[in-house]
Amino acid sequence: MALNPDFIGRTYPSSEPYLVGREKIREFARAIGDSNPAYHDVAAAQGLGYADVVAPPTFAIAFIFASTSAVILDPDLGLDYTKVVHGEESFVYARPIVAGDELVVVNTIENIRAAAGNDMITVRSDVSTTSGEPVVVTTVVIVARGTDAQ
Amino acid sequence: MTTNLKFTDVEVGTKLPALSVPIQRLNLIMYAGASGDFNIIHWNERFATSVGLPNVIAHGMFTMGAAIRVVTDWVGDPGAVVEYGVRFTRPVPVPDDGVGAVLEISGEVTELLDAGRVRVTLTASSAGQTVLGKARAVVQLA
Repeated sequence: MALNPDFIGRTYPSSEPYLVGREKIREFARAIGDSNPAYHDVAAAQGLGYADVVAPPTFAIAFIFASTSAVILDPDLGLDYTKVVHGEESFVYARPIVAGDELVVVNTIENIRAAAGNDMITVRSDVSTTSGEPVVVTTVVIVARGTDAQ
Repeated sequence: MTTNLKFTDVEVGTKLPALSVPIQRLNLIMYAGASGDFNIIHWNERFATSVGLPNVIAHGMFTMGAAIRVVTDWVGDPGAVVEYGVRFTRPVPVPDDGVGAVLEISGEVTELLDAGRVRVTLTASSAGQTVLGKARAVVQLA
């Protein structure tokens, strides 16, 4: 395989805390075309028992994207970004993200493997609050097309 | 987590109300800004076609984010979605022709789990072709 398998198991240190903003949640919800009041209206979210507006289920990507991109673009890993496609994505929530949360992300390269002439890299992102409460674990599979054939 | 939807009110085979989501280039520009994913293939047709794509394509995460609305609209409280995963099986081309693309989304309860949770399997297609595979959510009901 073209990718460096020594990277399996490598963990990237916790990022600077990300402060979840009310307007960022609203902006993200508008971008996916979702007018659910829980994303936009503080009173509606509070009616559901949240302290502030709640984030859509895929919102975490808005702050995880930059850190996982930095992981997969590490030159020593050997990934050709022009051949990269998004293969899979998953979110497992301990609790929903709410405006006002201060979150940190720890990325881990879970796996690197070759399949059908492509390289596949799996990155897990553990998201928790700055006080250590687990919030969500996301897993992304990135596929680098045809790197084996080169 | 507050939902009025009761575990005892659903069964395997319960269908969620389907959704039809129109996608224009503007939606992709908004999604790029909101998510921070400015990959050129999602907004520049010249570049997208030069790397062999049929046109500008929607962010996979846009499609994933739009599709889960079939579940959150059904359950009311978005926080009831405790797990959500998909495989991106086919890109969604979004031409700049005044029409764009349309995403058709449906969902069905496929498994009853412990602790009042159910698994919902989603289907998402555009132009008659499936665009997400293994699209599943675990939902906490009352």
